[in-house]
Amino acid sequence: MREELLKIREQGRLELDSAQSLEELNELRIKYLGKKGLLTQVLRGMGSLDPAQRPIIGQLANEVRDSLEQCLTVKSGELQQQALLKKLEAEVIDVTLPGKPFVSGNKHPLTLILEEIKAIFTGMGFAVAEGPEIELDYYNFEALNIPKDHPARDMQDSFYITDEILLRTHTSPVQARVMQAMTPELPVKIIAPGKVFRRDDDATHSPMFHQVEGLLVDKKITFADLKGTLLTFARQMFGAERQIRLRPSYFPFTEPSAEVDISCFKCGGRGCNLCKDTGWIEILGSGMVHPRVLQMSGYDPEEVTGFAFGMGVERIAMLKYGIDDLRLLFENDVRFLSQF
Amino acid sequence: MQVSVKWLKDYVDLNISIEELAQRLTMAGLEVDSVTDLGKGISNVVSGEILEVKPHPDADKLVVCLVNVGNNTEPLTIVTGAPNIKKGMKVPVALVGAELPGGTSIKKAVFRGVESHGMLCSAEELGLDPTGLPEDEQNGIMSLPSDTKLGQPIQEVLGLDDQVIELELTPNRSDCLSMINLAREVSAITSSSLKLPSISKEGNNEAIDQLATVEVLDKNLCHRYVARIVKNVKIGPSPLWLQHRLQAAGMRSINNIVDVTNFVMLEMGQPLHAFDYDKLAQHKIIVRRAKSNETLVTLDGNKRTLDEDMLVIADATGPVAIAGVMGGLDSEITPNTKTILLESAYFDGASIRRTSRKLGLRSEASSRYEKGINPAGSLDAANRAVDLIEQLGAGVAVPGKIDVYSTNVEPTTIQFRPSRANFILGTNISRQEMLQYFRRLSFDCEEIGEDLFKVSIPYYRRDITLEIDLIEEIARLYGYDNIPTTMPQSTMTQSTKTPIHGLIEKTKEILTGLGLKEIITYSFIGAKSFNKIRLEEGHPWRNCLAIKNPLSDEQNVMRTTLIPGMLEVASRNINRRQLDLALFEVGKVFIPQGDNDLPLEEERLAVLISGGTRKAWNRPAEKYDFYYLKGIVEEFLNKLNQKEYDFVQANNCQTFHPGRTAEILLKGELIGVIGEIHPLVLDEYGIDQKVWLFELKLDPLVAGFLKFKQYEALPKFPAVERDMALIIPEEIASSEVEQKIGVVGGEYLVQYRLFDVYKGEQIPEGFKSMAYNMVYQAKDRTLTDKEVAEIHNRIQQELQNSFGAKLRS
Repeated sequence: MREELLKIREQGRLELDSAQSLEELNELRIKYLGKKGLLTQVLRGMGSLDPAQRPIIGQLANEVRDSLEQCLTVKSGELQQQALLKKLEAEVIDVTLPGKPFVSGNKHPLTLILEEIKAIFTGMGFAVAEGPEIELDYYNFEALNIPKDHPARDMQDSFYITDEILLRTHTSPVQARVMQAMTPELPVKIIAPGKVFRRDDDATHSPMFHQVEGLLVDKKITFADLKGTLLTFARQMFGAERQIRLRPSYFPFTEPSAEVDISCFKCGGRGCNLCKDTGWIEILGSGMVHPRVLQMSGYDPEEVTGFAFGMGVERIAMLKYGIDDLRLLFENDVRFLSQF
Repeated sequence: MQVSVKWLKDYVDLNISIEELAQRLTMAGLEVDSVTDLGKGISNVVSGEILEVKPHPDADKLVVCLVNVGNNTEPLTIVTGAPNIKKGMKVPVALVGAELPGGTSIKKAVFRGVESHGMLCSAEELGLDPTGLPEDEQNGIMSLPSDTKLGQPIQEVLGLDDQVIELELTPNRSDCLSMINLAREVSAITSSSLKLPSISKEGNNEAIDQLATVEVLDKNLCHRYVARIVKNVKIGPSPLWLQHRLQAAGMRSINNIVDVTNFVMLEMGQPLHAFDYDKLAQHKIIVRRAKSNETLVTLDGNKRTLDEDMLVIADATGPVAIAGVMGGLDSEITPNTKTILLESAYFDGASIRRTSRKLGLRSEASSRYEKGINPAGSLDAANRAVDLIEQLGAGVAVPGKIDVYSTNVEPTTIQFRPSRANFILGTNISRQEMLQYFRRLSFDCEEIGEDLFKVSIPYYRRDITLEIDLIEEIARLYGYDNIPTTMPQSTMTQSTKTPIHGLIEKTKEILTGLGLKEIITYSFIGAKSFNKIRLEEGHPWRNCLAIKNPLSDEQNVMRTTLIPGMLEVASRNINRRQLDLALFEVGKVFIPQGDNDLPLEEERLAVLISGGTRKAWNRPAEKYDFYYLKGIVEEFLNKLNQKEYDFVQANNCQTFHPGRTAEILLKGELIGVIGEIHPLVLDEYGIDQKVWLFELKLDPLVAGFLKFKQYEALPKFPAVERDMALIIPEEIASSEVEQKIGVVGGEYLVQYRLFDVYKGEQIPEGFKSMAYNMVYQAKDRTLTDKEVAEIHNRIQQELQNSFGAKLRS
């Protein structure tokens, strides 16, 4: 019996080892270890053994069983591993095929720039105010120290609805409206984004465009504060290394007035085609609120001072995105819009 | 304004380079656009005289010239093909080794066997604009004046040894449209000394009073009128220096008298006009408003029809000039003019502005008057012109002047507080420094108190009327760059937004999330758009605001709907073969409220889709349709916390397909319309594919947008799903069925979804199959099969009772 068991072990291990598939392995398991398997058959003859031999043979039989089972486990692991590898090999895909085409939407580039500008100024505590796009001559001009027949009206050729109602030519009337609504409260601290209209249509002018107006009126606002505020804006909008330069200029509703240039972000100020070799790019107009404007809006210019600024959104978008043709912004060609 | 540097140096000792000057001007608020070197690129070109012209022995079209180029050198042999060469002519000669603008360099050359030692130059070859030259010189060699010295560098002969600064002046600094005032500014910002020309006095008026009279009938429009008379006038060309001055300023030389008037205008900022005295009927000048439909042929040869708003200069019979805008042809200076009457006047800027606009006629004079000149300088300017005419030997002054001066300008004095200047600028500039700045500007300044100056403003600085203007002068001279940079010390503020502003931002976020692209179109449209979108007469959208002075018929009314703008954009894209469109616009429409009131500005949203998404290797093509668009509306409204909205079949808007339009209702209120664009509208826009579009008002959505979202607890007990396929009469609307399902399902029916609609085979004529997926769930326990079956059957039963719906087996 002992020989038989040893033979089963030897043969079993050989056969299990050479099994080619999990199915074959399963058949071998049944053949050796099943209820009617070889090992069971041999053990049926235990009864005829010398009782002294029984524990010895019993132990051997257990050893044989363990040995075969261990062999079976190892082999089964191997074969499973092989089968998985084979399956994975068969599942190779071409990862260079294009992905699912998602179509996500796009905000208009002017909206993106407007949002950026708003974020910068709201971050400094400016509230977002609005005014009508169709305005009274009074707010668009008179309240801003631009009486009838003032030569400055020439700079802003207007679209009229009636003699007294026109499409606003700038966002500045919001200054007067907000101050009149708020007086005597302080501070007045707003930006006013929106559409404006001028009677001009050529390669560099659109009859409708966008501006953002800014206004801060309080007890101790200085020209130096204007510089600080605009420097902060320039750096957030165009990069931390930007410098600004203020040049005297003229707007009827500010005094002193300044045009604001930023150091060219393309060449860093050395001079290039973008800045026309000057190292500077004009981005906005600004100044200290004219005492007459404060007065007309109900504030005492001896008590409060303020600064105001206004910028063209199209210009900033064109600078920032390198857009070389203003018309693209209003053609709404989807190939253009998709880029933002 | 073009500024000749040479001319400027007549009045101010420049102690810095031109580049530095340009920089300082810009930083003082007189923006320099460019600096042009007139003679740039020219070297070794001199004046020469043609001594001899011989035919070329071997070429028909060439001639051989002998040219004297002075400086005791041998005459040069030069071959040229130019047609206008004559013996004795003085010409620009590019010597061997010369450089010309554009990079040409001149070498010794052989033309068909004849050696040529240089080149005769045309105006163009010297980089000059040939227009205005005699025709033969435009196509040939430039001719120099007969008194030109030989061998002179051509830059000197032609006044090209100069630089021109192009200034972009702001309207408040129109004083700098005068070379002398500009020199004053340069002197102030560079601390250099001024040299102003001396001007003779006019003498007593006896003589002139016998020759002419001036009557100003409208003193509001003409504050001053100065006339002087010059006799024995000899009209002729101006000397070169004068021609060069005008040329550098961008004006053409005409004759000595006209040139002097222009020169003085440029020098002093006062427009002058010279009349032919003998052409003035009764030698009378009458300044009056034109009569209605009076006409005048102006200097440019055009007949102008005038009206009562326009100021004219008339003689005893009729207008001889449109005041401040342009003179008349009849009284113009001609070669035969013997005596001139010189006008130096101050006209009201606003009136000149209106007249020049109405006539579409602008001149150097009108643009100066519009910006406002200085009436105190009128007499000086007239006297300066008379001086110059005498200096040129072009006439003899008649002593005396006629000066009708109705409103004397009082000198301005302003009280100025140095502490106020420092407060506003955020600076710490000493009083001494401020005093110095005022002195540099030639402002008389007196300390009248501890912190108080009395500053007198010279008459030419009419832009300065308030203390704040003086503060700006201080800032300019101190330098904006030197003012510190600080952050405002202000109370803490919170950044608020209006609710509608917030809603618009949210709208853009939701719609881009749904794959739409934002467009921005003009707020004005063409009135004919209303016909193009087939609005019937009397449609509320036709009630719009018209622009009085539109740029074109395409932009002549304010929009009352976003639809035309969107269709234009769709059309443009489709024409460019961009066929798949999913676009939105948020913008205002304008609703009239009466003639004297501002319109109502209403925020609208419009979405347009057309085409679809393209087939990809792993995804089928999807064609857009009505329901794709409706899905966008639904998702948009859901995201804004709106639940009570309905779509109601409509056919009252001709813009849309009569069977494929719905009104969008929010809590029963009409907020918009959605539909397929009518094929006839598409035709109008040249669109050959279907387009779906909706437009709605944003204001009614604000309340929902502001509402806080309310969280609903997640279900703790399992849900049971059941499907139900029904055969329903075709005319029953889906919304009716759904409404019934919702009511009957009650609280345990937590969700239902239509997943199939089918008509055709196996379904009887006049019926449709609709299949729903129902989800049943209770919040507090697991529903039993029996409970679910009961509700499910009840729904089916009710649908059968109400609509005759049968279960599809």
